Amino acid sequence: MKNDEIVKISGLVKRFPIGGGFFTALNGIDLSFRTGEFAGLVGPSGSGKTTLLNIIGSLDGPTEGSAVVLGQSVRELSQKKAARLRKESLGFIFQTYNLLPVYTVFENVEFPLLLLEMSAGERKQAVLDALEWVGLSDKIKSRPAQLSGGECQRVAIARAMVKKPVLVLADEPTANLDAANSHNILQTMEKLNRELKTTFIFATHDDKVIQYLHRQISLEDGRVVRDEQK
Amino acid sequence: MIAFKLAFRNLIGAGLRTWLNVGVLAFILIMIIWHYGIIDGWNRMAIRDMIAWEIGGGQIWTEGYDPYDPFTLEDSHRVLPQSFIEEINKGNMAPVLITQASIYPGGRIMSILLKGIEPSQKVCELPTNKLIGDYQEIPAIIGASMARDSKLNIGDYITVRWRDVDGTFDASEAIIVGVFHCDVPAVDNGQMWIPIDRLQKMTQMPGEATLLITARDYTWTGEESGWVLRDHDYLLQEMREMIRVKKVGGSVFYIILMLLAMLAVFDTQVLSIFRRQKEIGTYMAMGMTRGQVVRLFTVEGAMHAILASVLGAIPGIPFLIWMSKVGFTMPAGSDSLGMAISETIYPVYSIGLVISVMLIVVITTTLVSFLPSRKISKMNPTEAIKGKLQ
Repeated sequence: MKNDEIVKISGLVKRFPIGGGFFTALNGIDLSFRTGEFAGLVGPSGSGKTTLLNIIGSLDGPTEGSAVVLGQSVRELSQKKAARLRKESLGFIFQTYNLLPVYTVFENVEFPLLLLEMSAGERKQAVLDALEWVGLSDKIKSRPAQLSGGECQRVAIARAMVKKPVLVLADEPTANLDAANSHNILQTMEKLNRELKTTFIFATHDDKVIQYLHRQISLEDGRVVRDEQK
Repeated sequence: MIAFKLAFRNLIGAGLRTWLNVGVLAFILIMIIWHYGIIDGWNRMAIRDMIAWEIGGGQIWTEGYDPYDPFTLEDSHRVLPQSFIEEINKGNMAPVLITQASIYPGGRIMSILLKGIEPSQKVCELPTNKLIGDYQEIPAIIGASMARDSKLNIGDYITVRWRDVDGTFDASEAIIVGVFHCDVPAVDNGQMWIPIDRLQKMTQMPGEATLLITARDYTWTGEESGWVLRDHDYLLQEMREMIRVKKVGGSVFYIILMLLAMLAVFDTQVLSIFRRQKEIGTYMAMGMTRGQVVRLFTVEGAMHAILASVLGAIPGIPFLIWMSKVGFTMPAGSDSLGMAISETIYPVYSIGLVISVMLIVVITTTLVSFLPSRKISKMNPTEAIKGKLQ
């Protein structure tokens, strides 16, 4: 791996058992991502983009080939080491926000820092900073049910960014948002990418997201069909 | 520590669902402690009253005497040996002669035990001093329960019929000179106490007794042919067994209550894991291991019991302290149970009792919470994140 290469995927194959046989979701993927990229896996439903994102996020493992994330082979990671990798270096943004419903905005954003066992003072400052990045400083006591979809996704971004991860994986982050909120979210993420040099990898088929991407990797039937820098 | 912090947040955040479970558990916790306190209080009071009113420091029975077999009474009397007479004179023993008799209150026949006792005795709390006096009739004292059953009161005359040592029937008038209140049925129900010298004359058993009650601070260590020592272990054995059975009977009731509460906690846990799959997936995505998530859900369940202990303490401590001061009034008719039971029982709550009940509830709740949480360890995080049922 080169110095600034944070993800290196070689000959990656992922098959899922289905009925009596197998469904091949990813078929011979070769890719790499460098620090600070704002890249997207683009393709129709079933093209394998979420599966690839899950493997990069060490939530799933490859059937064949290798995926090396921050110098660690996902295939060889134990459950504990994979959890540590996610805890310390990765941030996740989901289509349905996945906020913890009984927590306030502050507590949701604070959650990853609790897992890192940061002191209360450090946690508070980091959460306030993260909420300021996404423009939600006035909502710290609100619960997810009291927020709009756009606000929920901004909380999710703050939660992903609060520990300043090396890599953020965003799976269809704008799928549940209207155009205005989608642009707002994407501008926020682009700003964070620019200012904090955090690498963003999206899985999307939304044109609004695609127009913000600096690199677009098109997938079809589990294969990379195009990889272009903008 | 993190598991406790997060579990606490989750529980508080879950609102009414948490407080319903916690409320039920707190109620059960207080009820169990209260119940065991009543049983322990009853146990102590019963033992104290039996010692005070009936058995003193122990009893010495004539060989063959069986209080539950009236046929043994005919032969269960012996002349008191000199060594006993010396102890009686020192106030260390009180002789009791027992015979069967009949009385006729309100024109009906009633079988009783006629018990002769030394009026000046001080080894038990029977108010036998009321028997002292120059009465033409037989002076008698009876317990309140006996007075109620026979409708006799102080100053009433009653015909008593008995058989002497040769089996000859005789009868005479007795006068009730005292009615005493005590919680020990064995000195009250169906019994009439008269001076022992009168009964010895009536039955033609001079100088004889059926048993001796020893003083509470006196232990008889001698040996006399035809007499056997019955110590506290022997005399209280039956009462202790009855209380143990009552305790076990009560436990069954509380086990059922506990099962209902555990069912509520189990149900909440199963429902949580079913409904919170997306949350579980999110925990894993953010860096928690499956083991940590299982631990979190187990602690969440177990904290119901911890919160119940804290919440239960708010009304529970003042309630239990108040109960131990004012006591628990037994329902009418409890004195017919046939065992020592006072009108008011003062519960006794020991630290050991409170801690052991709390531990049982916490451990049971933890176990019940752990069982459904194990399912998490088999979950696929990528499916869980999407909230797909597994």
